[in-house]
Amino acid sequence: MTPSKFYTVRKKVTNAVMMSLTFVATLIAIIPLVFIFYYTISKGITYLNLDFFIQMPKPVGESGGGMANAIVGTLILIGLGGTIGIPVGIMTGTYLSEFGNNKFASVVRFLTDVLSGIPSIVVGVVAYTLIVVPMKKFSALAGGVALGILMIPTITRTTEEMIKLVPHSIREAGLALGIPKWKTTIRIVLRTAWKGIATGILLGLSRAAGETAPLLFTALGNRFWSTKIMEPMASLTVYIYDYAKAPFEDWNQQAWTAALVLILLISILSLTFRIITRSKYKTN
Amino acid sequence: MSVFLLVLLMGYEMYLGSKPSIEKFGWGFLTSSTWDPVQEIFGALPVIYGTVVSSLLALIITLPLSIGVAIFLAETAPPWLEKPLSFLVELLAGIPSVVYGLWGIFVLVPFLRDTVEPYLSDKFGNLPFFTGAPYGFGLLAAVLILSIMVLPIIASISRDVLRSVPQSQREAALALGATKWQATKIVLKDAMPGIFGATMLGLGRAIGETMAVTMVIGNRALISPSLFDPSYTMASVIANEFTEATSQLYLSSLIELALVLFVITIIINGLARLLVWSMERRWKAS
Repeated sequence: MTPSKFYTVRKKVTNAVMMSLTFVATLIAIIPLVFIFYYTISKGITYLNLDFFIQMPKPVGESGGGMANAIVGTLILIGLGGTIGIPVGIMTGTYLSEFGNNKFASVVRFLTDVLSGIPSIVVGVVAYTLIVVPMKKFSALAGGVALGILMIPTITRTTEEMIKLVPHSIREAGLALGIPKWKTTIRIVLRTAWKGIATGILLGLSRAAGETAPLLFTALGNRFWSTKIMEPMASLTVYIYDYAKAPFEDWNQQAWTAALVLILLISILSLTFRIITRSKYKTN
Repeated sequence: MSVFLLVLLMGYEMYLGSKPSIEKFGWGFLTSSTWDPVQEIFGALPVIYGTVVSSLLALIITLPLSIGVAIFLAETAPPWLEKPLSFLVELLAGIPSVVYGLWGIFVLVPFLRDTVEPYLSDKFGNLPFFTGAPYGFGLLAAVLILSIMVLPIIASISRDVLRSVPQSQREAALALGATKWQATKIVLKDAMPGIFGATMLGLGRAIGETMAVTMVIGNRALISPSLFDPSYTMASVIANEFTEATSQLYLSSLIELALVLFVITIIINGLARLLVWSMERRWKAS
């Protein structure tokens, strides 16, 4: 074999080997996903019945019961988070894309990215010092604030990206009619980008629904029915954590069911997200 | 504007909260290795050790895999395969960490305890890394869970970075008779700063990851070379002990840990973002 031929063969073999290795890596990456889904579904399905959604948790020793309070609690908590995160996120995003051609805006943009990397437990600690300490009690409000802070980066970035997609001609048309810039931004640009912004909101909400760490010492958890935002409130994620650590077989089972319900909830949110984005790109 | 104030406010609040412990322990907080709530001596070294070791080991495991995934998704895969696979990788990122923890407790830990750890201590028991009783709960479980959780982040950002390298780079290489892999190597070289940035983002995530780690790491402030031994991370100390912290000093030590975590993740994420940005800007300019 001549040297040049040897190199050709060698580079072809290396090519084949390396390219199949990347495929193998992808397969390995998918395996845990399959396992997690398999176990969550197969173990969670045993308790998945109507009782789980409409009944309250039973005391230790009694089997059965549900997590109605936790499901409602999670919804209220992400709602509270949304009331804080959505307006701030949309306003910041609008500012960045419409008025964001200066130094300060790039600092804000940078900080938004940094904020998205701050561990959620740290945000929980902040909500604790900010709200739980002065009010001297754990409350759903503190949990909502923590979730709201966590939503801000996601919603801000999506809003900015979506508003950037709005064609300049639409803005110019508004301005040419003599409409002031702020009004053009709110009534025309935001309305055009609305669908995209909604996807950002759903994404933020679905992430917040899966958060546990910031709720541990803010909303705390509650074994009873509670919809008061100044009281501790139950949530699915904290239930999963508590029930998974508990030494009772029955509770462990319910933790799996709660995990399944949580994943279903998040999937519904992100599926809506996908459907909205898809129809958006079709119309464009 | 609000975001700017928010970050400042967060730092300030935590500084206020941790003042008692900063005054009491000073810099010694970071270097003392005793974490003893009963006697009110708080040194963060064991938990910092646990955090750093678990995150770095997770990165070492996950990095080759994530880059492989990124190359496959960006360079090799045909479009009909790339779309669903990308979706699956993103799905992996969307699973709440408490669900990872649940899976860790009931599936991964028993598997490690009954199969992997006895095997490792049997074959490599003379190494310090694989000594001690195989409980299942411990550093090894945390490392594995973390590497699963960090993978989608590094993989999806690296994929985007690879895609941002202009097509002409690949075409030039291919035109010179390079194989696909050789062309990919050139693309990888171009994308290096971005991939490094993605890795840092993954590191930031691993350091701050709370629930899944807390549920499987064993939660004992211990510095031990063995992967089987229980350990502790900054985030999991906070999650585990915050509601139990009875004294002012205990609480403020935990808040100081949160402050340390906050500063570390800000630095890591800041650097990472700068790298990814500089990368994107470079190609936009050319």
